[in-house]
Amino acid sequence: MTDVLTITDLAISFATDAGAVRAVDGVSLRVAPGEVLAIVGESGSGKTVTAKTILGLLPETATASGAVILSSKDGSSENNVISLSTSQLRQVRGTDVSMVFQEPSTALNPVYTVGWQIAEGIRAHGEFSRKEAKQKAIEILGRVGIPDPEIRVNYFPHQFSGGQKQRVVIAMALVLDPGLIVADEPTTALDVTVQAEILDLLRRCRDEFGTAIVLITHNMGVVADLADRVAVMYQGKVVEEADAQTLFTSPQDDYTKKLLAAVPHVGQGVAHAAARATARERGWAQQAPVVVADNLRIEYPGRLGRGGFTAVDGVSFLIRPGEVLGLVGESGSGKTTTGRAIAGLTRVTGGSLTVLGHEMNGFKERAFKKFRKDIGFVFQDPASSFNPLLTIAECVAEPLVVHGRAKTPAAARARVNELLEAVQLPRAYGDRYPHELSGGQRQRASLARALALEPALLIADEPTSALDVSVQARVLELFAELQREFGFASLFISHDLAVVDLVADRIAVLYQGKLVEEGTSAQVLGAPKDPYTQRLLASLPVPDPAEQAVRREGLRRLRAAG
Amino acid sequence: MTAAQNPPAVRRPGRWTRLPIVHQLRQSIGLQRGMLVAGLVITAVFVLTAIFAPVIAPFGFSQLRDADGAFGAQQPPGGAHLLGTTAGGYDVLSRVIWGAQTALFVIIVAVILSIFAGVLLGLLSGYFGGWLDRILVVVSDAVYAFPSLLLAIVMSIVISGGKSNLIGGILAAAISITVVFIPQYFRVIRAETVRIKAEAYVESARVLGASNGRIMFRHVLRNATRTLPLIFTLNSSEAILTLAGLGFLGFGIEPTAASEWGFDLNKAVSDVTSGIWWTSLFPGLAIVLVVLGITLVGESLNDLADPRLRGRRAVAQAAGVVAETSVVPGGVLTAGPGGLDGLEDQATHPSDGLEARP
Repeated sequence: MTDVLTITDLAISFATDAGAVRAVDGVSLRVAPGEVLAIVGESGSGKTVTAKTILGLLPETATASGAVILSSKDGSSENNVISLSTSQLRQVRGTDVSMVFQEPSTALNPVYTVGWQIAEGIRAHGEFSRKEAKQKAIEILGRVGIPDPEIRVNYFPHQFSGGQKQRVVIAMALVLDPGLIVADEPTTALDVTVQAEILDLLRRCRDEFGTAIVLITHNMGVVADLADRVAVMYQGKVVEEADAQTLFTSPQDDYTKKLLAAVPHVGQGVAHAAARATARERGWAQQAPVVVADNLRIEYPGRLGRGGFTAVDGVSFLIRPGEVLGLVGESGSGKTTTGRAIAGLTRVTGGSLTVLGHEMNGFKERAFKKFRKDIGFVFQDPASSFNPLLTIAECVAEPLVVHGRAKTPAAARARVNELLEAVQLPRAYGDRYPHELSGGQRQRASLARALALEPALLIADEPTSALDVSVQARVLELFAELQREFGFASLFISHDLAVVDLVADRIAVLYQGKLVEEGTSAQVLGAPKDPYTQRLLASLPVPDPAEQAVRREGLRRLRAAG
Repeated sequence: MTAAQNPPAVRRPGRWTRLPIVHQLRQSIGLQRGMLVAGLVITAVFVLTAIFAPVIAPFGFSQLRDADGAFGAQQPPGGAHLLGTTAGGYDVLSRVIWGAQTALFVIIVAVILSIFAGVLLGLLSGYFGGWLDRILVVVSDAVYAFPSLLLAIVMSIVISGGKSNLIGGILAAAISITVVFIPQYFRVIRAETVRIKAEAYVESARVLGASNGRIMFRHVLRNATRTLPLIFTLNSSEAILTLAGLGFLGFGIEPTAASEWGFDLNKAVSDVTSGIWWTSLFPGLAIVLVVLGITLVGESLNDLADPRLRGRRAVAQAAGVVAETSVVPGGVLTAGPGGLDGLEDQATHPSDGLEARP
C-alpha cells in the first residue's frame, strides 16, 4: 500500500522585518497508512511549520519548495499540496487530511452548536441534507466518546469541558474519514489526567478508523505513549528518525540524547530530598515556620446576585525556613491563587494565612510593605515579567532601588553584576533589553531579581512551564543550586509532578481548591494514598514506550476501580 | 560556559532609529512607504510654510494697501497678486500662507493641552479603577456623544463671546478642540493601562513593594504611550478641520487679528456664484492638502504598527538562515534572526491597530 504522505526535500522561508528566516530546511518524511508519526522538537525547530504545510496553511509571508505528496485514503488520487490552488486545497482538506488544533477552546466557534460546526464540514464536501449531516454528527460524537450525543449535538462549545472540547475537535477531524490527521500539540493545553484520555482516543482513531496521525509535540512522554515512529527535528532539519522503541532505547544523534536526558522523571529527586532531610540540624522542625496556612479560604466575588467562586477551600500547610514545598495541581485547583495570596496579590477571605509572622487575612498594603523585601516571586511567563523598556540590569536593580539599598539603578550595578553571575548570566547581559534574551535566560534573570534582597521566602509560580525541556532542566538545576547557596524557603508551584519531584522537600497536592495529600516526596510519589494523587501520578506519561504501555494498563485499572 | 563569558556584541542600531516615524520610515516598503513619504513631505511643507510665513508671504495677512495704493477687491490672479485678492481686498496668497501659521498654532496648543490632561486622567483612571474610573468613563462617553463641532461652537462662545483677537481666537479654538480630544487620549491610555496593569512585570513591581506612583510612571506610562503618535497625527488633522469649521460658521478669528482659512472660505461663499473662483479655491485647497498630508502619516503609522497589515519584502525560495533553537543549556546567546526589531513589534496589541475615531 502506498504511503498517505510523502514529504520530499521540503524547505520553507519566512519574510520577516529583519529579512528572510528559514524555518524548515530540507525535510523528507513519509507516513504509512494507519501509522502514528511523531515529530518532536523544541520551539523554533520547524515542526509546526512542517505540519501546517501538509494542510497548505502557510501564511502569505512564507515560500515553500520541495514536494508534499498527499494520497487519499483509498489510494485513488495523489496531490502535491504545495502546488495546489486554493479551491483544490479546499477539496483535499477534510477528505484527505484534517487537523486537530492545540487549543480546543479557540478552535471551536462559540456562537454555533457543535453539531452545526461538524455538519458544516460534512456539507462542504458533498450533497447531504441537513438531517443526514446531523445524523452523521451524532454518530461521530458518539464514537469519540461524548455521552448522550443526541442531546449534546445541540450544545454550544462553552457547555463542554476542555477535554470534551478536544474530543469534539477530533470528531470534526474524523467525520469525513480522512486518511491522515495532523495533530498539533493536541494535549498541551490540557491537564495531565485529561491528556491521558485524549491520547487513548487518538490511539482508537488509528485502530478503529485506520487513520494515520502526524503528531506534533514537545512532550517525550506523549511520544512514548502514542507514536509508532518518531522524527526528531532540530533547527529546521530532521536529525533522527526511527521507530519509537529504538529511539528511546538507543538514540543515535547527540541532540536526541540530550533531549531525552533533559526529560524529568518521577523518582529522580527522592534521593536528593532524603539527603537534605538528614542533613538538617536538630531542632530544625521547632523553628518558627515562614508560612502557615490554617484553613485558608480564598473566594473571588461573583456577579451581582450570584455567589462567589471559591478558589481555595480550607487549605492548611506550613513552610519551614529553608524548605521547598512543591504545590501540585491541575488548572483550577487554586495553586496559583495560594501563591498569589502569600505574596499579597490576592485577598484572603477566610481562615488564617501567616507570612513571616504577618497575618494576611485583613491585609493592608501599608502594613505589609516592610515584609515585601523578604519575599521573592518568580513568574510563569518570562516574556512578560520584565518591563520591555528597561534593561536587564535596571530590572534586577529595581528591588534594590525600591527598598532604598541603592539610589539609582546605576549605583546598584555592582550588586546586580554579582546577582547575574550567581544565576550564571554574563555581566554584559545586564545592558541588554529583555527581548534580546532567550526564554531560559530571562527566567534566570527573573531568579536574579527575586533573589536581589536575599529573601527568606521565594514563591515560584510555574517557573519552567513556558520553557523547552532542555532549558527547563538547566533552570531547575540552577534553582536547586541557588536554594542550597541562599537557603531560602520556597513555595514551588507546578502542574508537573516530575518537575516538583526534582526540587521539593515536601509535596502538597491540590484538587479543586482542597488539599488532598501532603507529605515528603517519597511518601506522595512513592505511595500515594489519595485516589486523585494516584490517578495524577498514573496519568503522567513516561518517556519509555514499554514502561508506558504497562502504566497505561495500570491507569485503566485505576479508572475502572474509581 | 566559556563562550558565554564573552558574548558577541549585539548589533544595535542607533537610538534615533527607534524614534517614532524614523523607525516606521525604515521599516516600511512599497506602497506603504510611498504613502508615508508623501504624507511626511506635505506635512513638512506645511510646517515650514507656517514657520517662515513672514519671509515667504509677499504681504501681511491684514494688509490692504502698499506703496502703490490699495490692492483693490476681487482682483483676478496675476501681476502683483499671484492668486488674486479677496472681496475684502486682501491678498489671497498671503492669507493662505499666514493661515498655515494659525493652523499650526492651534494644533500645537490643542494637542499640548489635551495630551497632558488626557494621558494623566487615563493613567489614573485605568490604574486605580473604582468610582473615579466609572465617573471619568461616563463623562468621556458623554462628550463623545456630542457632535464635536457643536461642542466647539459652545466652547468658543463661552470663552470669547464668539469673536476675538489672535491669542483669544487661537485659544478659543484650541480649548474647544481640547474638550473633544481629551476623551480620546483618555480612552486610549486608559485601555492600555488596564491591559498593562495585568502584565507580569507590573505584578512583579507590586510584589517588590514599589509605590503606586513608581509603578504608574516607571512601568505603566512608558509602555502605554506607543499609540500616541498615531492619535496625535489623526487629531492634528481633525483640529484643522474643526478650526476651519468654526471659522466658516463665523466663530473664528477676525481678519485683522490673524489669517484663517475657514473664515476666508466663509467670505468667499458669495463670490462663487459670480464666477470668482480664486478666493475660495486656494484656502480650500490648503485645508484639503494639510489634512490629507497629516492623515496619510497617521494612516501609514496605523498600518505599520500592525504586523498583519505591514508589508514585507518577498523572499527567495529557501532563503535565509535557520533560527537558532535553544539546545544550548540555558538558551542561546542571540535573540535569533528576527533580532531586536522582529521581536520588538510582536508586542503590538489590538489597540495598536485601533481604528481611532477621527
